Amino acid sequence: MELLLSASVGILVAAAIYLMLSRSLLRFLFGLTLISNAANLLIFASGRLTAGAPPLIPEGAYAPVGDVANALPQALVLTAIVIGFGLFAFSLVLAIRAYSELGTLETSNMRLAEPRPDLRPDPSTATSNETSAG
Amino acid sequence: MADDHDDEGHWFSLPGLLPPIIAAGLFAAFWRALPTVADGGSIRHVTQWVPGMGVDLSFVIDGLSLTFALLITGIGTLVMLYSARYMAGHPQHDRFSLYLTAFMLSMLGVVLADNLIALFVFWELTTITSFLLIGFSHASGTSRRAALQALLVTGAGGLAMLAGVIVIGQVAGTYELSEIRAMGGVLRDSPAYLAIFVLIVLGAFTKSAQLPFHFWLPNAMAAPTPVSAFLHSATMVKGGVYLLARMHPSLAGTDVWLWTLTIFGGVTAVFASVVALRQTDLKQTLAYTTLMALGTLVLFLAAPGGYAITAAVTFLVIHSLYKAALFLMIGCVDHRTGTRDAALLGGLWRKMPLTALAAALAGMSMAGIPPFLGFIGKELLYKGGLESTASVVFVILATLLASALMFAVGAIVALKPFWGRAENLSERNSAKGEAPWQMLVGPLLLGGLGLYFGLFPHWLQDNSITPTVAALLGDPAQAKELHLWAGVNTALYLSGVTFLLGIILYLWHLRLRAGLTRIDDASFSFDRGWDAFLVGITRCAGWLTDRLQTGDLRQYMLVVFGTILAGLLLVIGRTGLNVQIPPLPDLHMKQYFVVILMIAGTGLAVMTRSRIAAIGGLGVVGIGVALIFIIYSAPDVAITQLMVETLVVVLFGVAALRLPVLPSREQEGARWGHAALAIAVGTTVSLILLTVTNGTLDLRLTDYFAAESYPTAFGRNIVNVILVDFRAFDTFGEISVVVVAALSAVALLRQGGKHAKSQSRTEEDRT
Amino acid sequence: MNSVILNAATRILVPLLLVFSLFMTLRGHNDPGGGFIGGLIGSTAFIFYAIAFSTAEARSALRIEPEQLAIIGLGLALLAGLVSIVFNEALFTGQWLFLGASEGEKGLPISSVLLFDIGVYLVVMGGILALVFALEEEV
Repeated sequence: MELLLSASVGILVAAAIYLMLSRSLLRFLFGLTLISNAANLLIFASGRLTAGAPPLIPEGAYAPVGDVANALPQALVLTAIVIGFGLFAFSLVLAIRAYSELGTLETSNMRLAEPRPDLRPDPSTATSNETSAG
Repeated sequence: MADDHDDEGHWFSLPGLLPPIIAAGLFAAFWRALPTVADGGSIRHVTQWVPGMGVDLSFVIDGLSLTFALLITGIGTLVMLYSARYMAGHPQHDRFSLYLTAFMLSMLGVVLADNLIALFVFWELTTITSFLLIGFSHASGTSRRAALQALLVTGAGGLAMLAGVIVIGQVAGTYELSEIRAMGGVLRDSPAYLAIFVLIVLGAFTKSAQLPFHFWLPNAMAAPTPVSAFLHSATMVKGGVYLLARMHPSLAGTDVWLWTLTIFGGVTAVFASVVALRQTDLKQTLAYTTLMALGTLVLFLAAPGGYAITAAVTFLVIHSLYKAALFLMIGCVDHRTGTRDAALLGGLWRKMPLTALAAALAGMSMAGIPPFLGFIGKELLYKGGLESTASVVFVILATLLASALMFAVGAIVALKPFWGRAENLSERNSAKGEAPWQMLVGPLLLGGLGLYFGLFPHWLQDNSITPTVAALLGDPAQAKELHLWAGVNTALYLSGVTFLLGIILYLWHLRLRAGLTRIDDASFSFDRGWDAFLVGITRCAGWLTDRLQTGDLRQYMLVVFGTILAGLLLVIGRTGLNVQIPPLPDLHMKQYFVVILMIAGTGLAVMTRSRIAAIGGLGVVGIGVALIFIIYSAPDVAITQLMVETLVVVLFGVAALRLPVLPSREQEGARWGHAALAIAVGTTVSLILLTVTNGTLDLRLTDYFAAESYPTAFGRNIVNVILVDFRAFDTFGEISVVVVAALSAVALLRQGGKHAKSQSRTEEDRT
Repeated sequence: MNSVILNAATRILVPLLLVFSLFMTLRGHNDPGGGFIGGLIGSTAFIFYAIAFSTAEARSALRIEPEQLAIIGLGLALLAGLVSIVFNEALFTGQWLFLGASEGEKGLPISSVLLFDIGVYLVVMGGILALVFALEEEV
C-alpha cells in the first residue's frame, strides 16, 4: 500500500502544482486545496500505516493493547486539516474581494500592488531625464 | 546653532538636576572600588541571563574598566551639570536628559561587561543612543544625515564585531572575557585568528573612526555641544579603543595586529591633525583633533611593550580631560558670542577671564607643555615609539608630526580666541560677559586636573595607570613611571623639536590653511563617497527588486516550486534514496478503489472547464483521503476530514456564484513547461515518501504518549489527549489562527464592494 | 431555498446534530471525537438551518454573534491553560478533579482539559459560522 499511496501523493502534488501555475486564481485555489490534502496524506503515511487498530485504550487497560496506529501524526494531521480549512476559506474570501474590486481573476492582470514595470512611471528614469536635460 | 532656545529658562528643574545627580552617584560608587583595584584586585558581579547559551550579565571592575568608568561618570557629571544650564528652557530638555543618561549607562555597560554578548548589546545601545543624541536637532537635515551616517557606519561595524564575538565563542567555548584571557593564546593559535582579528578590528575601527571610516565623526558635530564634549572625549569614540585594549591580552602580539594597528593608527593621526589645521569652525577643529588622538591610541595599542601601553593609557586619560574641557569651553564661547569661527574670534579674555583660564589650562595640556600632564604623556609616547617593534621611524615621525600639529591647533583653539586680535568680530558677536557658573565648573575643573596630575602624577599612577596596564599586560611591573623630569634623553630632544615645529606651524597656519583648503577641495571626499555608496545600494536594491518582484503570481509560483525541487534534489543528492519497490501485496479491493477514486477526482479537477465539476472532483479527492484515514485506523482524522470536505464544497458552492468561469485551454496557452515542473516535483515527493517509509521510525514520542495517555492524563483516546493535554499550547495557537482567519475574512467581506464601478472598468480593460 | 421537505427535515435534524455535536465533544477524551469534530458538526447544523430558511433566521436561532462565540471559546481555552498557574505548574498542564471519588469508584471527572476542549468546540463552530454567514450575506 505504501507504493500506491506514495504514487497518489505524487499525483496529487503534481496536479496541485499544475493548477497553482494557472492563469486563473480560482484554479490556484483548487490547487491549494489539493496540495493541503497531499501534505496531510504525506505526514500520515510517514508515520506508518496500521490497519484496523485505532489508537484507543480499551476499558480496563492502562495502555493500548497490541500494536495500534501511530497517534502522533494523526494529531498533527487533525489540526492541519482545520488550519488548512482556515487558510482555504481566507484565500477564497480574498479571491472574492479581489474579483469585486478588480473585476478579474486573471493573476497576470491583478497588479494593484505591483504595477507592470513597463507601465509604471519610473521615478529614477524621470529624475535622470531631468538631470540630463538640465 | 540649532539650539536656539530661551536662555532665561530655569535650569533648576528635574531634567536639569536628575542626570548630574545620577552621574555623580555612580561616580561615587565607582570611587569606592579604587582601593581594591589599586591593590591589583578586581570585582565581579554575575546575573544569569540566558544560561542555556552561556550568556550572562556579568560585570567586572578591573583597572581598565574602572579607569573608563570613572572618566565616563566623572566627565558625565560635569557635562550634565553643564547641559542643565546649556539646555535650560529648551522645549525638549527632558528628552535630551533622558538620551544623555541612557547613553552614559550604555557606555558604562560596554566598559564593565565581562560577557562578550552583553558587551555587544551595550555596544549597540551606545550606537542607538548616540544616534538619538547626534540627531537631537531633528528639524535640521544636516543633523539627521549626520545621525544616520554615524548609525550606519558604527552599526555595520557592530555587526562585524558580533560575528567576531560568535567566532570567539566557538573557538574558546565561552563568552566570558576573563575566562578567555585565562586561556592565554587560545585565540592567537586558532586557525580562525585572522577572521576574529578582522571582524573585531572592523568593529573597533568604525566606532573609533579610524581611516577610512573616520568621516562620520566630524559630521557628528551637528549634535549640541555638551553631547560632542561627552561623546568625543571619554565615551562613544573611545569605545573602539576600549575594545582593542580589552582584547589586547587575547589578540595582540601577532604581526597582523602590530602592523595593522600601527599603519591605520599612524595614518589616521597624521591625516586628522593636518585636516584639523584646515578647519575654521572651532568645533570641527576639535573633532579632527579627536580623530588624531584616536589614531595615536590605536598606534600605541599596536605594540606589546610596557612604554607603549603606559603611554597609550596615560594619553587616554589626558585626552579625555582636555578634550572635554575644550569642547565645553567652546560651548561657553558659542553661548556668549554666537559664533565658533576661529577666524572671527579674538580678544575675549577681557570679557570672559574664567573661560580664558580654562581654555589656557586645557590647551596647554593638549600642546604638551610642562608641567602639564600632556607633557608627561608626550614624553611617554616618544619613549613608546622608540621601543616600537614595527618601525621606529614611522611611529616616531607620525607621533612627532601629530604632536607638533596638536601644538599648533591647541594654540589656535585655546589662545587665539582669547588673546588674539579681534579682526572681524562684529558687534553682534561680541561677548556678553562670562558664562554662567554651571558651565564654567566643567572646563575649569578638567583643565585644572591636567595641571594637578602633571605636578603630582603619583595618585594617578597608583590608582589608574598601573592597574590598567596590568589589565592589558597581565603584570603591574610593566607599567612605567610617570615623571615630569626624566632626565636629558632622546624623548626630551624630540619634545624640543615638537615645540619648535609647532610654533612654526602656528605662525604659518593661515597660509597653510589656504593651501590645505585647496588640496582638500580637490581631493577625494570620503563623505561624498559615502553618499555615492548609499545611492549605489539603493539603485542596486531597486534593480534587484524589479527583477524579482515582477508582480506576476505565476512567476512567483515558478520560483517557489523550482526552489523546492532544487532543494529536494540537493537533499537527495546528499543522502541518497532508498526505494525498494515491493511486489504489490494482495490488497483488498477497497484500497485500489480508494486510490482510483482519488486519481479520478484529481483528473477531473485539473481537466474540466466547469466550476461545478472541478469542485466535485475536489470533493471526491477529499472523500478518498478520508477513506484512507478510515482504513488505516484514524477515526478522528477521518471524521474531521469528512466534515471539512463538506464545508469546502459548501463554501465553493456559495462562492462560485460570485466568481467568473474558468479559462479555456486556449486561454491558458501551452503549458508543457509547467506540466514538466509539476511532474518533476510530484515524482520527487513520491520517491522521498517511499524512502521515508522504508527507513526506521523514531517512535519514542509515540510510545511516550501511548504509555502516559491514561495514567497521567486520564484519557483513552490518545489523539485527543495529545491535542488537548500533551500539546495543548500548540492547539491553542492553532485555534487562535482559526479565529484570526475567520475574523479577517469576515472583515474583508463586510468592507463594502465597488462592484459596479470595477465591472465597467473591466470591460474597458478587456478591449 | 424554499423546499418543504428540506424545511421539515431541518427542524428535526438541527437539534439532533447539535446534541450529537455535544456528545462527540464530551466523549472525545475516551473515544473518537473531541472539540474539533464537535465544532465542525455543530456548525453544519446551523449551516443547514441557514440553507433551509435564511442566514438571518440562522443568526437569530444562534442567539449570539458567531464572532463572539469564537472569541469566548478562545477565552475559555486560555482560561483552561491558566488554571495550572494556581497550582504552580507549567502553563496548559491539565488539572483534574474527581467529584465523589472513592475506592474503586472513579467519580465524576471535572478537568481543565474538558474546558479546553469546549473552548476548541466554540472556536471552530464560531469561526466557521462567522465566515459562512458573512459569505452567504454578501452573495
